[in-house]
Amino acid sequence: MSYQPTTDSPQQARKSLQGWRKRRGERLMVPPAEFTSYYGRAVLKEPTWEATDIAGYLFLGGLAGASSVLAAGAQASKRTELERASKVTAIGAISLSMVALVHDLGRPERFINMLRVFKPTSPMSVGSWVLSGYAPLAGLAAASRITGRAPRLGAAATAGAALLGPAVASYTAVLVADTAVPAWHEGFRELPFVFVGSGAAAAAGLGLLAAPVAETGPARRLAVLGAAAELAATARMEQRVGLIAETYHQGRAGTLLRAAKLLTTAGAVGGAMLGRRSRVAAAASGAALLAGSACTRFGIFEAGRASVKDPKYTVVPQRERISAADGFADAEPADT
Amino acid sequence: MGARVWLQSWPVYRQLTGDDPWGRGAAVKSGASAHLHPRIAEADRVVESVCPYCAVGCGQKVYVKDDKVVQIEGDPGSPVSRGRLCPKGSATLQLTTGEAREHQVLYRRPGGTDWEPLDLETAMRMVAERVIKTRREGWEWEHDGKRVRRTMGVASLGGATLDNEENYLIKKLATALGIVQVENQARVCHSSTVVGLGTSFGRGGSTTCLQDLQHADCIVIQGSNFAEAHPVGFQWVMEAKARGAKIIHVDPRFTRTSAVADLHVPIRAGSDIAFLGGIIRHVLENELFFREYVLAYTNAATIVREDFQDTEDLGGLFSGFDAEGRHYDVSSWQYEGMQAAAASGQREHRMDDDEQQSSHHEAAHSGHPESHGSGGPALVGTPREDKTLQDPRCVFQILRRHYARYTPELVAEICGVPQDQFAAVCDALTSNSGPERTSAFAYAVGWTQHTVGSQYIRTACILQLLLGNVGRPGGGIMALRGHASIQGSSDIPTLFDLLPGYIPMPQARSHQDLASFVRDDSAQRGFWAELDTYLVSLLKAYWGDAATAENDFCFDYLPRITGTHSTYETVQAQQDGTCKGYFLMGENPAVGSANAKMQRLGLANLEWLVVRDFSLIESATWWKDGPEIASGEMRTEDIDTEVFFFPAAAHTEKDGTFTNTNRMLQWHAQAVEPEGDARSDLWFTYHLGRLIRQQLAGSSDPMDAPILDLAWDYPTHGPLDEPSAEAVLQEINGRDATGRLLSAYTELKADGSTSCGCWIYCGVFADGDNQSAHRTPVTKDNWLGLDWGWAWPANRRILYNRASAAPDGTPWSERKALVWWDAAQQRWTGHDVPDFVPDKEPGYVAPVDARGGDGLNGTDPFIMQSDGKGWLYAPAGLVDGPLPTHYEPQDSPVTNPLYSWGRNPVREIKSRPNNRFHPSGDEPGAEVYPFVVTTYRLTEHFTAGGMSRWSPYLAELQPELFCEVSPELARERGLEHAGWATIVTARGVIEARVLVTERMNPLTIQGRTVHQIGLPYHWGPNGYSTGDAVNELTSIALDPNAHIEEVKALTADIRPGRRPQGADRPEYVLAHQVRAGITEKTGMEN
Amino acid sequence: MTSDVAAAVGYQDPPPRKGFFTDTSVCIGCKACEVACKEWNAVPEDGLNFTGMSYDNTQSLGADTWRHVAFIEKPAASRSSVSLGMPTIGPPTGGTPTDRTPISSDVQNQAVPDVVAGQTQNAGTPDFQWLMASDVCKHCTHAACLDVCPTGALFRTEFGTVVVQQDVCNGCGYCVSACPYGVIDQRKDDGRVFKCTMCYDRLSVGEQPACAKACPTESIQYGDLDELRERAQQRVDTLHAAGMADARLYGESPDDGVGGNGAFFLLLDQPEVYGLPPAPVVTTADLASMWKHAAVAAAGLVVAAGVAFFGGRE
Ligand SMILES: Nc1nc2c(c(=O)[nH]1)N[C@H]1C(S)=C(S)[C@@H](COP(=O)(O)OP(=O)(O)OC[C@H]3O[C@@H](n4cnc5c(=O)[nH]c(N)nc54)[C@H](O)[C@@H]3O)O[C@H]1N2
Ligand SMILES: Nc1nc2c(c(=O)[nH]1)N[C@H]1C(S)=C(S)[C@@H](COP(=O)(O)OP(=O)(O)OC[C@H]3O[C@@H](n4cnc5c(=O)[nH]c(N)nc54)[C@H](O)[C@@H]3O)O[C@H]1N2
Ligand code: SF4
Ligand code: SF4
Ligand code: SF4
Ligand code: SF4
Ligand code: SF4
Ligand SMILES: [Mo]
Repeated sequence: MSYQPTTDSPQQARKSLQGWRKRRGERLMVPPAEFTSYYGRAVLKEPTWEATDIAGYLFLGGLAGASSVLAAGAQASKRTELERASKVTAIGAISLSMVALVHDLGRPERFINMLRVFKPTSPMSVGSWVLSGYAPLAGLAAASRITGRAPRLGAAATAGAALLGPAVASYTAVLVADTAVPAWHEGFRELPFVFVGSGAAAAAGLGLLAAPVAETGPARRLAVLGAAAELAATARMEQRVGLIAETYHQGRAGTLLRAAKLLTTAGAVGGAMLGRRSRVAAAASGAALLAGSACTRFGIFEAGRASVKDPKYTVVPQRERISAADGFADAEPADT
Repeated sequence: MGARVWLQSWPVYRQLTGDDPWGRGAAVKSGASAHLHPRIAEADRVVESVCPYCAVGCGQKVYVKDDKVVQIEGDPGSPVSRGRLCPKGSATLQLTTGEAREHQVLYRRPGGTDWEPLDLETAMRMVAERVIKTRREGWEWEHDGKRVRRTMGVASLGGATLDNEENYLIKKLATALGIVQVENQARVCHSSTVVGLGTSFGRGGSTTCLQDLQHADCIVIQGSNFAEAHPVGFQWVMEAKARGAKIIHVDPRFTRTSAVADLHVPIRAGSDIAFLGGIIRHVLENELFFREYVLAYTNAATIVREDFQDTEDLGGLFSGFDAEGRHYDVSSWQYEGMQAAAASGQREHRMDDDEQQSSHHEAAHSGHPESHGSGGPALVGTPREDKTLQDPRCVFQILRRHYARYTPELVAEICGVPQDQFAAVCDALTSNSGPERTSAFAYAVGWTQHTVGSQYIRTACILQLLLGNVGRPGGGIMALRGHASIQGSSDIPTLFDLLPGYIPMPQARSHQDLASFVRDDSAQRGFWAELDTYLVSLLKAYWGDAATAENDFCFDYLPRITGTHSTYETVQAQQDGTCKGYFLMGENPAVGSANAKMQRLGLANLEWLVVRDFSLIESATWWKDGPEIASGEMRTEDIDTEVFFFPAAAHTEKDGTFTNTNRMLQWHAQAVEPEGDARSDLWFTYHLGRLIRQQLAGSSDPMDAPILDLAWDYPTHGPLDEPSAEAVLQEINGRDATGRLLSAYTELKADGSTSCGCWIYCGVFADGDNQSAHRTPVTKDNWLGLDWGWAWPANRRILYNRASAAPDGTPWSERKALVWWDAAQQRWTGHDVPDFVPDKEPGYVAPVDARGGDGLNGTDPFIMQSDGKGWLYAPAGLVDGPLPTHYEPQDSPVTNPLYSWGRNPVREIKSRPNNRFHPSGDEPGAEVYPFVVTTYRLTEHFTAGGMSRWSPYLAELQPELFCEVSPELARERGLEHAGWATIVTARGVIEARVLVTERMNPLTIQGRTVHQIGLPYHWGPNGYSTGDAVNELTSIALDPNAHIEEVKALTADIRPGRRPQGADRPEYVLAHQVRAGITEKTGMEN
Repeated sequence: MTSDVAAAVGYQDPPPRKGFFTDTSVCIGCKACEVACKEWNAVPEDGLNFTGMSYDNTQSLGADTWRHVAFIEKPAASRSSVSLGMPTIGPPTGGTPTDRTPISSDVQNQAVPDVVAGQTQNAGTPDFQWLMASDVCKHCTHAACLDVCPTGALFRTEFGTVVVQQDVCNGCGYCVSACPYGVIDQRKDDGRVFKCTMCYDRLSVGEQPACAKACPTESIQYGDLDELRERAQQRVDTLHAAGMADARLYGESPDDGVGGNGAFFLLLDQPEVYGLPPAPVVTTADLASMWKHAAVAAAGLVVAAGVAFFGGRE
């Protein structure tokens, strides 16, 4: 058993933080975050959630929910291929997402306990109930569309799914925001827009990918709107969360979110500019949008993790809150 | 389940219909939550018990369900623990029911490479056969021409973890077999306590009880890490602190005790006599002593013989030093006009001339001073006094001269304690002593385990006597004993030099019959005068009807000792091949005793070894996985020792009593039967004795008479034929001729009409009732808890409490009232049982020729002393000086600035190939081992680890051996925090993880920096949490009074990185020895 | 009345709310609380790790550590009355703003360790401190873990405590991310989450929790929360009077971000020194706002889709 120093002493932890900052020459967006910690250890527990399961779930939920809306629009506007693709996507994505969710449970066989209570204070409870309404509707809608049977029921289901779809797409933002994870919670005002935007872009992307060019007009427009919403909301969030924004920019989360921005922008712009002319370009744009959406979810997910691992994202904002409440916002020396 | 029922059990339904719409409470309560069954409420029975770890003796409740122990927790009624348990006590369930326990007898044949299972019956028979054979082979009728009637072939070690009843049977059986080499942890732990306290006050036990510390106004904790080693007892220190007491911790390290103390004083390990001597000087020079107390209750005024010379006169030697034999002729130390019929062997000066020379030598090494556990040295005659304290030869003036040089400057120079800190301690102590206030000292093995250990304790005794703090509430000296019943294993000793109740073992030279024994060892005055009643009653308990007045009550059946047979001598005897059979009854010397390698080499040279323990400790498995096997120094196949491993029953599986550090006996009742082959030590000892007697039945060999005549028929019960612990305790308590249980030792007779297994325990069955099982909760009693358990002597909780009243019998102050003279009732009365003749009035003046207790005045509170006084100066009882003097430890980086005799001149040291000493001070080569090392305990582990390293809940809290070093030392030696370090001495080398901490302070001593390294000693290679044994580093260098080892202060080098493995390990040690120029002479001089 | 928390969740005549007051100023770091908890609750041993974090080898609370004793070695903060503000939201209760030391000042103090403890001028005051504190689930008044639990496994008992019902928990892990103190965690090989139950079973038969019972120095005090709060305030006053200006209560105020803790503490330094968040707020405090934002975003999606389909010219 070879030894790996697990931590430093509190003093050392503090010093190494200073050193680290000097090395990077980091420009902080808030007054320097000098703080104390217990041997540099996290205050919070890292989420138990697996990235593939839960970030995947966030992505798929957004995709499904927005797809149902897109499907309803397509049905209403008689864009049958778009309709079909969206409906299949919706049920496929939501099914996969539920598999991911169950898979992530420590006791998957107890999945059903999700319906043991109805708790408005628990986004996961709300989500479970929403999903248990939404999934059958999405399924019915898709089944009816594919088999061509029970068209009325199918239409009703489509409408129902479209009504619940936005909830499916947006509640996941509350799900992650309603935690102590700094990078998630602090962005609670913007995250729903990020997620819904991202979901819309993804659904649009899927439409671009799967439907003939002739039918993808709304998808292209939705892509632009979704991407715009997502990017705008993200920018605002980054500003608002202060120090914690570091977690969106650094490490794995930084890479993912940068990729997300690029892909989403490229997908939306590419779709809008070229999607009408070229099937290939449309498909590529769609794929970029999907990938971008996935990157957003995985990025946010990773940022959450990072914000938990380093105690400064917990302690410093809280300290600032105390200082603000006490009227001592600027209690920092200049030497850092 | 009907749909309705189902629906109603659906929380959503309950949310909608009940008062918990949000589903956060009542609505969502589950089935399991609605039907909780805590196992303490479900238990079939709850059994009163006592924590088996340390000497605090916390009360435990054992919950049993379906004949399984399901929970163990604190007993809120206990006056000592009030229901609390430290981590070890809290882990007792895991200790007793965990997977680490063995349940199968194991056998390793000579040369065998592995264990084999063996059935219990066969194993018992085999052991009995071996005992008989080896005993016979090692039999000695005579030694150097004197009758000894003993065998040196067999030895036994262990007892502090066992019950009093078990210790009693072990000693009884061993004594009948002629086995004298019987020892237990008391030797290595607190033997010097018995000497130090016993010679000063008359009894070797703590003068006070833990719960009385709450009344102290100042507590000096020194030589003890109270909060870590006696955590639950420490609640009383915190209680005192909450009431405003000042808490001072004097310790080389900043520990968890220091953390909550008001003041921590870092001190160099091995320098406490200088520190305390400095306080004594401060008290004397500034007239801060409690004059009335000192005059009335101490020997301050007594005149010492004219030919006495002090260390100040003789460069560190007292008068009477014999350089040749390295011992003192103690006669010049005595009072003028009084002879020491000292129970310590010094009486030999009365013997004829030609014998004198050798006898002194023997006396110095006899270990006899420990017999002051209950009864100070015996004196004959009447001393002269000068109550003005002006006579230059009175104790007071001698004391003053002796400590005159122990100035604050000197304290700083020797101890590394800055003068302001020293002054703070002086002030705190003196301002909190006197009629209205009291201060207490608490110490443990930080003081006892030195080559001057006994004198460390003496120094504190002197100080506390001067300050008038002994025998008073919130005062005294709290000797914090070690194991659960180590006080008991001293009182009912499994010790070579004692019989039960601190009656000395007879010496070959002078004790050939009862009369000579009693004459030599009993005093004229004080309670030792009744020695004949105690001894005869003991002999009656041992040999029953066979003991008659005609045959001297079988006195001759007692084997005699010749000099020291302490555990460290036994180790040598094993290596020399005289000791061939060994019982380890709950002790782990391969880890716990000094110089672990010497221990193992001894074990490897045995013919047979019996280990009784819970798990396969290092002392049981060394032959296959010990360090010498790894290094190639030994080969398993070449080791001929036959090893028997017997799984031991735990305290929950047997009845019996433990005696805690308050001298309090507490009965623990059996809760369940032991599983598998596990048996109690009572069972083992009784049945072994039975088998031996069976096999010897009919023998007419006089050698076998003591064993065949032994009173050895205890009733047994249950499926396992468990002997009755109650019957044994009753035998210990004693009976009169009619079989009635006695109530007090004053009822004992010398005519053979009473029997008593341990006179100081007489009364534990007072009124025919097992007092040790009493459990009147402290909430229904005063703080002393007089009806909780039973304390010796006579249920007194604070010793010498007569001193809590002024000479006239009134309390010194209302605030500090404890026991006083009730003139109306003509009796002593108060909160405690008076430690005094109940109706002896304060004004009583003893007639000149009065004997025994009547020989003491109504103002003599130290009733076990021949003169009734607390001894500032010890005219007898110690072999290394009547006054404590600062001597350096055996291995020390510091030169003693006081004397050319830098170290205890009569310390016990034998340089042997595996027990070499270091150059010290400025001797060449000392720089090879430049740092002070001290060894100690952690809250989370227990001693040699047998009861903690195997317990996952404890092991995970301190998973590895580490060394504590200061940042400065870490820098100097390149040690990396949390990395590894190698620590080496002339004895061995170990590795430890590094904890760099500011809790370690480099000290400035004589103008240079002295670094100290801290090493907790709990680890060994076996168990769940493993590590090197720190005792690979320590040497066998002993206090000459008590034969206790010096493991608290030594020297070593430390280097970064892990230690060498395999054959390189001993090579590395040797290379250091060579570099330091170590020879067999090193460290043997001054 | 602090029994309100239980009454509010549907219990009829609940007993007074039970809680812990952990007074770290008398803690001796013995870890009896850790062991007693493990023994009583049969919590698994969780590995032999020598951490080098002073005497703390347990590291933090978790699924297998429901009591955790923190050890901090630090030179004493300057003896001038240093107060860094009570870790509560709302008016500061300790010290005046002007004697406030900047958060980083102790960094400077500690960076240069005053190693020769013996050389202090003021022998009566320790110039070195070894802080020990036994941490535990806070049994928050507004418990995020409980709020977010989708199964009702986490619930409030009649004693006002917060408990995971192991027969219900499906291991979704939501509570883990929600707890602002990093208390609750998932046992990987079991799948469910675990934390202190305040010995719910023992309380049900009128016994005190195992950890409190074991604690040798009464550092852990169990009882009716109201009474504990009073006792704690007295203790702080006593310590302040004795010159220990650093003493402060943590989590006792019903006005803090979680509505006060059922298990609160007396600390001798800033909370974060002990690994505690200085001013946590229960995440669900913002939940209404979150739902609102989510609703707007959801509506936005519908609108956007409308625009996409019918706002274009194709
Ligand atoms: N947790 C726990 N409790 C125990 C035990 C255990 O193993 N673990 N063992 C039990 C036993 S058997 C015993 S005997 C007792 C022992 O109880 P203690 O004597 O308290 O135990 P130690 O830790 O060996 O030593 C006490 C202190 O002495 C200090 N010291 C070392 N050398 C010197 C010195 O020269 N002068 C001074 N002033 N201090 C010195 C050490 O730094 C240490 O802090 O504890 C009992 N209780
Ligand atoms: N370097 C260094 N060495 C030291 C010390 C030190 O401070 N420093 N301290 C010394 C002191 S004070 C002491 S007391 C010793 C302790 O040293 P040891 O006594 O050798 O250490 P323990 O581990 O307590 O060993 C006692 C054994 O008894 C077993 N046991 C417990 N109960 C029973 C029972 O009922 N029956 C039987 N048969 N076995 C039982 C336990 O499992 C354990 O293995 O160490 C000494 N050695
Ligand atoms: S080990 Fe000692 S202090 Fe701890 S519980 Fe047992 S008896 Fe009490
Ligand atoms: S501390 Fe965490 S786990 Fe405990 S009640 Fe509060 S939110 Fe829940
Ligand atoms: S893990 Fe268990 S207790 Fe935690 S939120 Fe999920 S179901 Fe509730
Ligand atoms: S209250 Fe019970 S469950 Fe909670 S930490 Fe204490 S012992 Fe463990
Ligand atoms: S809280 Fe109590 S039991 Fe826990 S470590 Fe502190 S003193 Fe020991
Ligand atoms: Mo001991």
